[in-house]
Formats: sequence, C-alpha cells, structure tokens
Amino acid sequence: MSTTETTDPAVLLPEGLWHKLHRKPAARYWKDPQEVARKDGNNVGKTGQQQAQKANKRRLVEDSEDEEQVLSGKSDPFPGPAPIPEDRLQKFKRKDKTKTSRSQHYKLKDIITRSEETSEMAQKQAARLDLVLPEDAGFLEGDEDEDTCTISQEDIADSVDITSATKHFSLKLSQFGPYRVDYSNTGRQLLLGGRRGHVACIDWQTKHLMCEINVMESVNDVKWLHSEAMYAVAQKKCLYIYDSKGIELHCIRKFNDVLRMQFLPFHFLLVTASATSFLQYLDVSVGKEVSATCTKTGRLDVMCQNPHNAIVHLGHSNGTVTLWSPNQKEALAKMLCHQGAVRSVAVDKTGMYMVTSGMDKKMKVYDIRSFKPLKSYFLPAGASCLSLSQRGLLSAATGDIVQVYRDVWSTPVTKPYMAHRVQKAVWGMHFCPFEDVLGVGHGDGFTSLLVPGAGEPNFDGLGANPYRSAKQRQEWEVKALLEKIQPDLITLDPTELGRVDHATFEMKHQDRVQALGFDPLAKQKFVPRYKKKGRSSAGNHEKRKRKVAHEDLREDIQKTAEANVTTERERKEKKEVLLSGKRSALDRFKK
Amino acid sequence: MCNTRGPAMAEVKVLSRNPDDYVRETKLDIQRVPRNYDPTLHPFEVSREYTRALNATKLERLFAKPFVTSLDGHRDGVNCMAKHTKTLSTLLSGSCDGEVKVWNLTKRECVRTLQAHEGFVRGMVVRFCGSSFFTVGDDKTIKQWKMEAPGYGEEEEPLNTILGKSVFTGLDHHQKDAVFATCGQQVDIWDEQRTSPIRSFTWGVDSFSAVRFNPVETELLASCASDRSVVLYDMRESTPLKKVIMTMRSNTLCWNPMEAYYFTCCNEDYNLYTYDMRFLDKPITVHMDHVSAALDVDYSPTGKEFVSASFDKTIRIFAKDGGHSREVYHTKRMQHVICIKWSLDNKYILSGSDEMNIRLWKANAAEKLGVMSPREREAANYNQTLKEKFQHHPQVRRVARHRHLPKSLYHQTKELRVMKEARRRKEMNVRKHSKPESVPLLTEKEKHVVTVVK
Repeated sequence: MSTTETTDPAVLLPEGLWHKLHRKPAARYWKDPQEVARKDGNNVGKTGQQQAQKANKRRLVEDSEDEEQVLSGKSDPFPGPAPIPEDRLQKFKRKDKTKTSRSQHYKLKDIITRSEETSEMAQKQAARLDLVLPEDAGFLEGDEDEDTCTISQEDIADSVDITSATKHFSLKLSQFGPYRVDYSNTGRQLLLGGRRGHVACIDWQTKHLMCEINVMESVNDVKWLHSEAMYAVAQKKCLYIYDSKGIELHCIRKFNDVLRMQFLPFHFLLVTASATSFLQYLDVSVGKEVSATCTKTGRLDVMCQNPHNAIVHLGHSNGTVTLWSPNQKEALAKMLCHQGAVRSVAVDKTGMYMVTSGMDKKMKVYDIRSFKPLKSYFLPAGASCLSLSQRGLLSAATGDIVQVYRDVWSTPVTKPYMAHRVQKAVWGMHFCPFEDVLGVGHGDGFTSLLVPGAGEPNFDGLGANPYRSAKQRQEWEVKALLEKIQPDLITLDPTELGRVDHATFEMKHQDRVQALGFDPLAKQKFVPRYKKKGRSSAGNHEKRKRKVAHEDLREDIQKTAEANVTTERERKEKKEVLLSGKRSALDRFKK
Repeated sequence: MCNTRGPAMAEVKVLSRNPDDYVRETKLDIQRVPRNYDPTLHPFEVSREYTRALNATKLERLFAKPFVTSLDGHRDGVNCMAKHTKTLSTLLSGSCDGEVKVWNLTKRECVRTLQAHEGFVRGMVVRFCGSSFFTVGDDKTIKQWKMEAPGYGEEEEPLNTILGKSVFTGLDHHQKDAVFATCGQQVDIWDEQRTSPIRSFTWGVDSFSAVRFNPVETELLASCASDRSVVLYDMRESTPLKKVIMTMRSNTLCWNPMEAYYFTCCNEDYNLYTYDMRFLDKPITVHMDHVSAALDVDYSPTGKEFVSASFDKTIRIFAKDGGHSREVYHTKRMQHVICIKWSLDNKYILSGSDEMNIRLWKANAAEKLGVMSPREREAANYNQTLKEKFQHHPQVRRVARHRHLPKSLYHQTKELRVMKEARRRKEMNVRKHSKPESVPLLTEKEKHVVTVVK
C-alpha cells in the first residue's frame, strides 16, 4: 500500500472510523517473535541484559503510543502474547542452540536457523498448552506434627469422593497365591497371576471380570502385551500367550523356564529372563525370536526395563546389575550395587535414576546416565519389591509392609510418605498408570492402595488413552504397529539417531570398499611388461620391479625434504630481520 | 477434590477424572483427544520419527506412478510442442509430416488438426496473447494461425504466410511485443507486420538449431549453433553479444524463468550445462545422467527444476543446481524423446517422442492427483517434512534413490562409468609422466568449454 493511499481516506473519514478501519490486527504468536522474547525477558528479568531491556522499554513506549490509537481510547494493559514460565519452557527443551561458525556454508546456516526457529515455536506452543492442561496431580498433606505415613488407607478412602474410594479394595484370594500383578499401559485393566496357576484379568475400575482361568501349572510372571487384548503368562515349562477371554493363542516352547518378563511397548518386544540364565527377546508383532543371550550369571529373577531407552536391567545374586540390549551378546554395563544379592531393581520413566535393593538391607539410588551412586538408604528388613510411579514415587515392600517414598533421589528421605500392611508377604507390586493407585499382589490375594500423587494426571489421547473406544484402540494399534521401532535401534542414548554421525575416514572407506567390491585407493601392483628375447628372465624381472619399488615413498620424502628446507630458510630470514632490528616502512607489505 | 475431615485431619486429593470430559457425548460427535506434549510421555521420539520417515519414503516409492496418459493421433513422430500461454489445458504439437494438432489435456483428446507444412514442422510458438500461434516448417515458410478453429464449412487458412529464403529450424516469440525470432542459417528477428526480417544475426556459422528469448530481459536472445557454440544476442544491437564454444554441439536451450540470467543447454555429449549468461567461461553446473544425447530441455515455472528429454528414451528431472537427476521416467513403448515441456501449473510434464505419441507425466511422481481432504493434506505435508529431515540417513536414502532402469540403460550407465574411470586413469598417468604442471588438472566444469568469444 503506498503512502498516498493511506493518507487520502484519513482526510475523508471521521477519525474514529479511520481507526476502526486501520486498527492493528490482534497479536498472534507467529507474528512477532520479538514481543514474545521481550515478555520472556521481562518475566525472567535476567541480569546483564540491561541494554536489551532499555531497548525493549523504548519499544514498549512506542508500542503504547500505537495502542492509544484504539477506538475506545484505552490501551491494552497486557499487550502482546502472554508470558510463558521459564520452567515450562525448560520442560520442552530438546537441545541447546547450535553454534554457528563462520566457515559454515550460507545455505546450511539458513537451514539451521530456520529449523531452530520452528523448534522454538513448537517449544513455546507446547509450553503454552501445558499451562491449560485440565487435571492436577493428587497430593496428601498432613497437619503440622502429623506424619502422612500414619494416615491409614481407610481414612484416605473416607475423605475422598466415592469413585476414588472404590479404587481402594482388596481381593481375598488365599487359595492360589501369592500373586504377580500387571496393569495394562492405559491403566484400565489389571492382570493377576497366582503362583498356583490362577490367572485373572479384571477391568478393575468397574470391577468387571474379563476372564479367569487356572492354567494348572505354576505361574512365574504375567504381563500384558501392547494392548488389553493379549497377555503373556510365564508358566512352569514354557511361555503362553492368552487373549483377554482366556483362550490360549500361543505356546512358545523356545522360551522355557521363564521367571520374569518385561514388555517394550514401542518395540513390540517381550523380554524374558529365565532360570537357565537366558535373556530372550520375542517380537510379538511377527512372532519371531529377535535374540537369545546366555548371560552366564545364574538364575535371573530380578528384572526391569528402562522406559526411556528400552534397555533391560538384570539383577544378580552376586550383587551386580547388568544392562542389556538385544544387539549385543555381552552386557552393555555391569554395576556392582550391593554386597549381597540384588533383590529388586526399578528405573524411573525419564531414564535418569535407578533404584536397587539388595540382601544387604540397603536401598540405593543411582544416576544411570553416569553410572554413579546418588543415595543409599538402610531399610531394617530390606526391600523385596520395588516399583516406581509415573511421578516418581517409590514403593518398597518389606515383608508384608508396603512403604511409599517421595523424592528419593533429590533429598535424603528419613520417613516414608505412606505405609500400609497387607495380610501376607508381598510378591508383586505395580503402580497403575494415570491413576493414584498402587496394586499389591501378596500371598493372600490382591490389594489396591490409594497413593495420592502417584499417577500422571494428564494423559495423551494419541498414546495410552484410558478412555479410548474400541475404534480408537484399533486405530491406535495400526498406527503403533506401523511405527514399531526396530530392535537394532535400541541404544543407551535414544537420541543418538538424531545426531550427526561423524564417521571417520576409515569407516567411510570401508563402506565404499564394500559397496564397490574393490578398494579404489589401493595401489596397483606393478607387474613388469613381458619382454621377448630373454629380457624377461627372472633376474631382469626383479630388477625392473626394484626400479619402481618405493617410488611413491621417494616422492613423498623428496617433497617433505624440500618443504623442510624452505621453512628453515624462511625462519632464518625472519630471524635475521629481527636481529638486525632495522625495519623499513615497506616491510609490512612483505609476506 | 480437596476434602478436609475436621480440624485435625490431613488434606488429601486423589486423581479422579470425570469420564464425561474425555468421552464424546453422542455417537454423532467426533472422539475427544486430549493432548499432553510432555516429552516423558512420548519416549523414543527420534526413533519413532525415523521409523515414520522410513515408512513415508517407502510409501512414496510405492505410490510413484508418474505416467498419466498418452495422447495418440499423430501419424509421424512428434517434432515440436508449444504450451498455450493463457489456458493450461491446451497443448499444441507438430509432427514430422507437417501436421499440427491442438489437444485438450483435461479431456485427453485432439480438438483440431491442421496440415501446416510440407515436411517437418520444425518450430511452434503461441503468441503471448494466446490468440494465435506461429509455425515454421521444412517448406521454408513461417505461418501464423488463429487459435480458434475455423467455423463450419470454412477452410483451414493461415492468417499470414511468410516465405523465407532458407529452411527454418526453430522460432520463439517476444514476451510482449509483436516481434518474433527464427533461426536457420542465421538468426532473424521479424516484425509480425512485415514479410522480411528486421534484423539478421550471423557469426560465421551456417546453421542454428534453437533460439530462445529471455523471459525477463525481453530483448535478449540465446541460440544454439552447429559450430558447438551458444550465442547470446541483444535484439537492439546489430551484432551478437558473445558466444561460448563447447566441445560438442548443444541441441536446445531454455532460460530459467525466475532467475533469467541462468540458462540450461542440452548437449550432444549426454550432459546438460547451466550457464550464467554473465560468466560464460565455465558452466555453473554440469548435469550428468543421460546415456545418450540430450535433445530438449524445459524449466518448471518455479525455476527450481527442469526436465530434459534424451535420445536414450528417457526423461530426467534435475534440480537446477543438482549435478544428477532426481527422477527418471521411461516406459517400454516410449522411443527417442524429441521434445519436452513442463506445464505452467508446475504439475505435469509433457513429452513428445519418435513413436508418434505425446505422454503426460506427473512432475512429482508420488503426488496424489485431485482434491485432497485437509487431513490428507496435513499427513502429506508431515510426511514430506519427515522425509526431508531424515533424508541423509543411509536406509532412507537408499530407498529414496532407488529407481528401476531398463536393462540396456542400466548397463550403458555402468559402461559409461567404466569409460570415464579409464579416461581419468589415463589422464592421471599422462600427468604423472610429463613435466609437472604441463597437464593441468581440469574440473568437470572446465573440461567442456573450449573458449568464450566476445
């Protein structure tokens, strides 16, 4: 729009109408990144940005002048987009800004800046959405001089609403116990596996029994597969897969004497640890064994997975914890964690902390990114079972007492957050995802405990959605299968795939040799030409070969010798100039 | 749900969701999908994105069916084509028996046929206003035709006929003036109103194969001459500006419509060369991949890519700065491709070949034709971004680069590679055994330029 066009109507129109027509459009988050930055800057109030703040103030004044032109005459008290708290922004930060160097190509620089801008915008949008999430996490606060661990489950159940109160219940199943427990990844279904063959799956919120069977064999562990339609049961001899109606789908004889199981939901891998010290990976989407590793460490009855990078942790009787991936026959890492045998291992969902408990009656917290111990606690009876919730609560079972701890890795904990005594020794324990519920399987059945603040309050509808319909589940299943991660992508650092691989020259060369089928850089062997009249006798042949031998080497030596001579000469000349001390005005133009 | 039970009791809140907030009210609603972008709820994001990108790349190759249709009706090989300047659906084609056909591309049918010349139709161009078109032929005539078909009972008559002195091999029309240029034994500039050229350019050569007006600097022209040179002219001057002589002859050239100081010429030595007209001493890019002479080239209207037709029975699409093609099109039945055009909506490619057919191809092989729903569009955009993000990963690259080639072409490519390697080795040996710096190291760009004359 040219200037004449803008001024002409202003003369003709009354002023108010003119403003109405030419009012500034509403602020949009994509329009003015400077304004966002300004608000952030004001919010954080960092020191050392005085200059920038001054400039911002100046701009603010200018802006307010612009605002005055609004029809009502009032200025917007909150100009620009709303500020975003720094901690929220930090939550969605993927990586630091790339350092641009001068030597970078201008096109590359452009690509990098553009991608960084988009990721920053995505980060801000996600942080904004995080502010308006509908649900808040639960909590339990005692009055002053009241320990929260003294509050009983009945008191909690009495004080919360009816639906929440129904989440505290007990199943008395003394006949086939003790029980292993597993919740499906949406947290809606509960799977119970009794030692003496009783397997039951329950929609535990409605208390609707989906199926109940007795496999007439001892059951070591039970595990839901990717959805609530299938589950795996590790029985006395081999591994069985049943559907949610209790119909046997598969009997996998190759997986025998399985004691513990883990399911990697994004890889569709069922990982089993057996009494014969075999660690096996089963791809449940195609039914193929991916890898079988003999760990050579005896009976494997302590196992957990790192949900952040899909590495499997195994605890051993000699006090070590080993880390395994399906791509390597040896352990990725071995950590000596306890003096006695390891009884239980748990890893939190961010993949930062590992909690172990051992026969030495200690419970230890490790940073598993750097493999360093952080905290060590002494539990008088020792913890037999550990489980970590989505929000980082730790439950530890000592005999028949279940204790829940809070912030075990950040602050030294002296008292449990909650405690509860069940009827008999605890056998299996699992926090329910997206609910403030801890399921405890013990010798006398199953108890569901209310643990306020355990579950993630806001689920993602496209991931594990507890309220999904059958249609949504089907769609999710197709999508999940399509983006199944291949087992060879399991590494200690899952973001490694997104980073630049600085392949060394040798590696690149090796690839090239493999692709071409020959080595393009290999020197061709000199074969002297055949000459007639006896001139290709063996002696002559060798003589001619010797002439050519080391020719390249000689050339190289010659070159380096020449270079040495020239540098020496230059050095001497410089030295002479310095010693003579006479510098003419023209010396600065010399090289 | 904060409940307090008397003064001495603790405060407790337990997660309790109201299902009504998460489930749709009626079956007519769409499902509610609450989102939480917390990174800890979405682990393995890089690996999952990579898997998606790999799937997207595979799907792209699966859907890559570029051939749309074939227009048959000519009774001899198609020698030249012209895009209509005003309507997308009209295409003109001239064949080796002097016949010109006007096609309706949406209906895929021929709407008009006229016997324009005796012998070949050598060149054809639509006037910028779209009301008429010019043809030149082997019968030494330039004819101007009306775009509308003659009424019932009327004779098919040209508007104007100019009888030249020699055979014309090509023509092009000025962007906005009533001026056109022809080439043959010399490059002539014609006024539409006159029967003799207003200007003739010669520079010691006896024939030219193509002439093209610059789309932006409209007075500039470029032509390909048979003495292996590409000559630049200014219409307002009486002499040519400059020329670059290459090792082999260029067949045709095309200006980049967006950056009109670049032009690309297709050469007999199987390569295409993009030149900056200001610096002709070496090409900006050498585009290699054809295994026989490149016969025609046309830029996309965006100026980012161009398409080339070759004697090796293939069509290749190059990025304007890419040394190798991003796409190759071929069919069993397509013979030597003589002429090629990129449609003005940037969606299609038209090729005319020896075996009398005009073929319509998609410019983007895996693109879905027709209207896309918003969801579809969104998914396609997302997949495109993913493919770009992971394009350098070896698995993704391998899938994306894979093209099936006819056996003969495949072997020819290999043979050419071997020949090139042998030549390189020989040159290396010559250099090794001659006086240092007497055999200079030439880059691929410098190799093919003989000299620049001003």
